[in-house]
Amino acid sequence: MAFSTDRPSKQALAGLAFNRRRMLALGGLAAGAGALGACGSNTGRGDGGDGVNLYQWYHQYGEAGTQQAAEKYAAAYEDATVTINWVPGDYDTALSSGLLADKPGDYPDVFESHLNRSMVDSGQIVPLDDLFDGVLDDFTDIDVKRNSIDGKVYGIQMIDDPQFLYYRPSLFSDAGITEPATFDDLMAAAAELTTGDVKGLFLGNDDSATKLFQPIVFSAGQTLLTEDHQIGFDKDTVIAGALQVKALHESNSLLIGAPTEAWDPSSIIQGLCAIQWCGLWALPQIIDTYGDDIAVMPFPGFGGGAQTVYNGGWSTFVNAKSEHVDEAKAFAKWLWIDNEEYIQDWCLSYGFHIPPRKSMAAGAEALAEGPAATAVQISQDFGWGDDPNWTPTMETAVDDMMTHIVLEGADPSAEFDTAAQTIQTELDSIFG
Amino acid sequence: MAVSTETAAPGTAGTGGRAPRARRRTGGWRTALTFWYFVGPFFIGLLVFTYIPVVWSAYLSFFDARNTVTPLPEDFVGFGNYARMLQDAAFTDSLVTFTVFAAFIVPLTFACSLALALLLNRVRLMRAFFRSVFFLPFACSYVVASLVWKMSIFNGVRYGMANSILDLFGIEDVPWLFDPNPPWYWLVIVTLRLWIQCGFYMILFIAALQQIPEHLYEAAYVDGAKPGWQTFWHITLPQLRATSVAVLMLILIAAYQAFDEFYNLIGNQAYARPPLMYLYTTALGTQQDLGRGSAGALILALIIAIVTVLQGRFLGFGNAEEK
Repeated sequence: MAFSTDRPSKQALAGLAFNRRRMLALGGLAAGAGALGACGSNTGRGDGGDGVNLYQWYHQYGEAGTQQAAEKYAAAYEDATVTINWVPGDYDTALSSGLLADKPGDYPDVFESHLNRSMVDSGQIVPLDDLFDGVLDDFTDIDVKRNSIDGKVYGIQMIDDPQFLYYRPSLFSDAGITEPATFDDLMAAAAELTTGDVKGLFLGNDDSATKLFQPIVFSAGQTLLTEDHQIGFDKDTVIAGALQVKALHESNSLLIGAPTEAWDPSSIIQGLCAIQWCGLWALPQIIDTYGDDIAVMPFPGFGGGAQTVYNGGWSTFVNAKSEHVDEAKAFAKWLWIDNEEYIQDWCLSYGFHIPPRKSMAAGAEALAEGPAATAVQISQDFGWGDDPNWTPTMETAVDDMMTHIVLEGADPSAEFDTAAQTIQTELDSIFG
Repeated sequence: MAVSTETAAPGTAGTGGRAPRARRRTGGWRTALTFWYFVGPFFIGLLVFTYIPVVWSAYLSFFDARNTVTPLPEDFVGFGNYARMLQDAAFTDSLVTFTVFAAFIVPLTFACSLALALLLNRVRLMRAFFRSVFFLPFACSYVVASLVWKMSIFNGVRYGMANSILDLFGIEDVPWLFDPNPPWYWLVIVTLRLWIQCGFYMILFIAALQQIPEHLYEAAYVDGAKPGWQTFWHITLPQLRATSVAVLMLILIAAYQAFDEFYNLIGNQAYARPPLMYLYTTALGTQQDLGRGSAGALILALIIAIVTVLQGRFLGFGNAEEK
């Protein structure tokens, strides 16, 4: 879910425009406005000439102006005619069927997505190692790892989107509380900040129970999977964390059933909650409402563990089926590795994202002070990223475990065993 | 089909059986041409969009087909996908979810549409108007209705319609959809489906009601029956039997196919995930495990077929004249 695996849950607005996975990984505002104005695909240039035609697919970003920006970049590329396909609705499904198509134009040559081992195993994408000559060190370890399978890099990180908690310092000082560092402190703060009209904390509607599984694991310094493809977390840690989440859910200080999901900052903006889980992308919008009275913090640690920040984002891939693999690779390199002007524009002119190249992030003035600077700092200090070997089936297994334990009061031990069994079966079927 | 009554059925079946055969002897090819002229387009659509995918799906279900619809021979896994689906707690749980859903929705839809039909059958004033009003929701898409239900009626904050009303009585906000304890989400899902579906089945019942010969009631009155419950129980309901059986079956199959409102209201949640929701996430989206998805789809199809046949046997679909 939160962690960029598959949960095509449709939010109200999502039905029109977004699915949450996409929004979590990236983010957006002005959902309704963006939804209606953003169909079509056009480079602004004719299709004529005898040059190479490339098709580039994006999911529909929520921020106003993003589609025009993507088209501007495409039109500026001189070595090929690049056609943008801006996909509203369920991007994952559209992309999956697009990648199965056989006719040029029906499938993308260059597309954004998140790396999963099955894309490599089924030969859908090509390795891009040669594009990173001399610049691989300029990407964070997290981004290299999440775009790599078996030592080969398949994806170019386009944007980094840390997710953390937003809060209003004025509410904290009025209530006489400080930034919580542990989950127990967070529960106490949420309870303290809950009034008749305002709930203390908002984590999401359909995923407020499930999205904390990975923070539990990473807070304890564990991983989803080990290097040799075994389960990387232990039962006691997970059960203890899940029971803490259960206590939070029973505490009456959690906002559940908000009109929008947590990728959208509306809940904190409308004063429905005092603390909200959201991503860096939403910062400009929240600042518009609260000005200086907004701060960010990492997610508190579970049971004596470390604080955590999930680093989401999007990557670009090249379709192995493309008739112009080399040209597509050249275009991807031009736009997402070399073109500092456009990368900075994409990351900072609409919503906020961290430019994945460290040298460019350092030069991003918009991220140099205030809550944005804190966000960048905590994403470096406490961040973790996706594991391409962690499949949607595995995520569904742990999500179900969390739902059963937290919301339905099921036996934690039995639930853990069921989830572990499902994950092991999946691991055996892939690596067995 | 669903609206034929038992008195009409034997007669038409009897003549219908002989007449075409006689005609075929004289102008066989013309009849055949006309037949294909009418049936052809539909049949081609059925072939391309239903039968071929079903066969292909059956083929895929025996392969480890991730991210592909043309698996290689070495990916053959026999019944492995079926075994995994049947051992998969999420899939078997989804069958339980469906059963609960069906237990609510089938009798409720049946009772509501029949009640509406009976009421409208009695109304003398503005009959067409009321009929249209109750039928109209059927023209609304599940997605649109889900958005209305989710965002304006049953959202979990203070300004949701349902919560505003509860607020008048001093009751705290209820997170209708996302807290399975107590499972209020069933209220949202069931009311939505009732609102959309009842009108359609109501029309089927109205058609059937109008076919019941008036003389049956008259004869009953002569014999001393009272209008109301007595005639309903002994004349109306038995006369509606063919339609009732068909309607029950349609409601049940529709329940098995429930997807839209779950997807749009709740998403892929463990506590309210119908089978199609699970198969969708397995086979499509990022998961793209078409082998397991196909195996699950065939298991589900088999269950629907068995239940439908059993229901038909039990309630006597197609041989309505039997007692």
